[in-house]
Amino acid sequence: MTVPASHDAAASTFPNTPAGVTGPALVADGVTKTYQLGDQTIYAVKDVSLEVQPGEFVALVGPSGSGKTSLLAMLAGLLRPTEGYVRIADEEIGSMSDRALTRFRRRNIGFTFQANNLLPYLTVLENVTLMLSLNGRTTPAAVDWAKELLDQLGLGDRLRNLPSQLSGGQQQRVSIARALIHRPAVVLADEPTASLDTERAFQVVQTFAQLVHDNRRAGIMVTHDLRMVRYVDKVVQMRDGVLERVVDAPEEIRALSEGAP
Amino acid sequence: MTVLLSASLALKEMIRNVGRFASISAVIALITVLILFLAGLGEGLALGNRQYLESVDGQLLVYQDTADVQIAASQFDRSIIASVRRVEGVEDVGAVAFSSTVIEPLGGRQSSEDAGQRVSLIGVEPGRPGAPRVVQGSGFTSSSGNEVVLGRQAAIRTGASVGDVITVRSTQGAVDERYDLRVVGIADGQQYQISPGALVPLITFDRVKPKGEVQADPSSLVFNLVAVRAEPGVDAEVLGERIEREVRSVEAYDLVTAYENVPGYTAQKSTVDTQTGFTLVIGILVVGGFFQIQTLQKLGQIGMLKAIGASNATIAISTVLQIVFTNLIGVTIGALGTAALAATFPATVPIVFREGNVLVAVGGLLIIGPLGGLVALRAALRVEPLTALGLAK
Repeated sequence: MTVPASHDAAASTFPNTPAGVTGPALVADGVTKTYQLGDQTIYAVKDVSLEVQPGEFVALVGPSGSGKTSLLAMLAGLLRPTEGYVRIADEEIGSMSDRALTRFRRRNIGFTFQANNLLPYLTVLENVTLMLSLNGRTTPAAVDWAKELLDQLGLGDRLRNLPSQLSGGQQQRVSIARALIHRPAVVLADEPTASLDTERAFQVVQTFAQLVHDNRRAGIMVTHDLRMVRYVDKVVQMRDGVLERVVDAPEEIRALSEGAP
Repeated sequence: MTVLLSASLALKEMIRNVGRFASISAVIALITVLILFLAGLGEGLALGNRQYLESVDGQLLVYQDTADVQIAASQFDRSIIASVRRVEGVEDVGAVAFSSTVIEPLGGRQSSEDAGQRVSLIGVEPGRPGAPRVVQGSGFTSSSGNEVVLGRQAAIRTGASVGDVITVRSTQGAVDERYDLRVVGIADGQQYQISPGALVPLITFDRVKPKGEVQADPSSLVFNLVAVRAEPGVDAEVLGERIEREVRSVEAYDLVTAYENVPGYTAQKSTVDTQTGFTLVIGILVVGGFFQIQTLQKLGQIGMLKAIGASNATIAISTVLQIVFTNLIGVTIGALGTAALAATFPATVPIVFREGNVLVAVGGLLIIGPLGGLVALRAALRVEPLTALGLAK
């Protein structure tokens, strides 16, 4: 399966890189999230720092309760860090108001989730162009690009289908298209393969990785399945809320992937 | 832009889940039918009680002061007429008497079940306040003739028309007496105490009304009220006080007070109004419950929408529009259904749709949707975008 790197008309509406941004697409510095349980302070995430470059695909892995989803939530601006900061496209998001943060997410972040990814009453094309509508950018060129993107994702003949008429893998591919259609700085995926069989899971991650690379987005995928890291550029391993290690050598990533149970 | 997107989301969800939304619209339609019929019944019963009194060509009704605003308890003889007429500011007065009788079927009784039509028999002075305004026929030609003006309802129910001779049956003493009366006019309305009205000259009234003993002496005429028409520019309230001051043992009331004190009127009206109110409350709970459940079922979707950047305004407008659309469809179907059903009802059914009442009922129904949906709206707005990641508190 090949996927489009860009579309001329759409690219004029959605620049590949946010204006003036030259450094990392995402920076997290000393990010900590604590909760109070009586007198006890619980660390969901403790002092995590990382950088993701445009065109880089990162896997956030770790066992349940390791803090990877909490970290993803802070990187997405859905949760405010207790300490540290998150910067996306050169903007620190922790100090933004809720309304500004919502607007920022709409413009600069693409999401795929484990569940409830798509609106069941919108067609495949409508689900993807929803991001364009939210941003007030439903131009014919952008819609054409959405169709082309879906076509390249193997869903060209499913544009008018409802999500209930698609398989789990197809639904995830639609959500990937939705995550990328507005050309965000960062694309975040929460366990995108959790409900898929192995073959479909690999297909989805491979597609995701290719789109992230080709469109020069910064991609971060949370997964508990180490086999899925085969297509990423960097693996961030979490344990007990702490960043345990970062693996970015290709051979180490492959070994991690192949050694997975 | 937000409104357009919200409307688009709301409508697409409704169209693609038509069964779910049609069912709640159907429930709203049934509630609408129920409320409109209750409002119509309330109006019909109220009208049946007050229609004649409301149509009196005057501003005040004078009662005996011991009657406690009860028409049947107020009894006057003719001397009162002159006393009231003498009061400054009074333009004209008319004696009014109430009783009831039965109009026998035209052409005679065909079976034992064919008992005739019970009517309110109202005695009036032709040409005076209290006399009917006929819309067909010539009206009374004398003050003592065997003539009757039928209210529209009485004419419809008996089938009588102008020129016909009807027979009224009244129990006088121990005997059922029958009197033939020529229909000289039809007047709109004229119902009193939930019975159609048949109006006769006061002297005729005294002759044909049910009574314990036959009374033939016209000088002993007894009636219940004096209808008073004020001179132009005279304040009715002031005139009423003046009458009470200058005429012994009387009380004067405006027409509204008079019909509100007709036995059963207020109790009946408040009962129906309470039922209507309860039905509206039930409607709010039903609509609110439906949208609340629907919102709870969509928490994940709403969380996802917020996570990808949909504003609270987008979510709120979409939720409200969906409630308004569903409600509007239900109320429209209900109102049209009510109109269609009402068209099949015979004239004897006391259901009256008055523009003002229907508008109030429809307005109330249109408000119950958004009111009921407030809880759902609050729930939708409180959904955290973290729900999309399964991290919400």
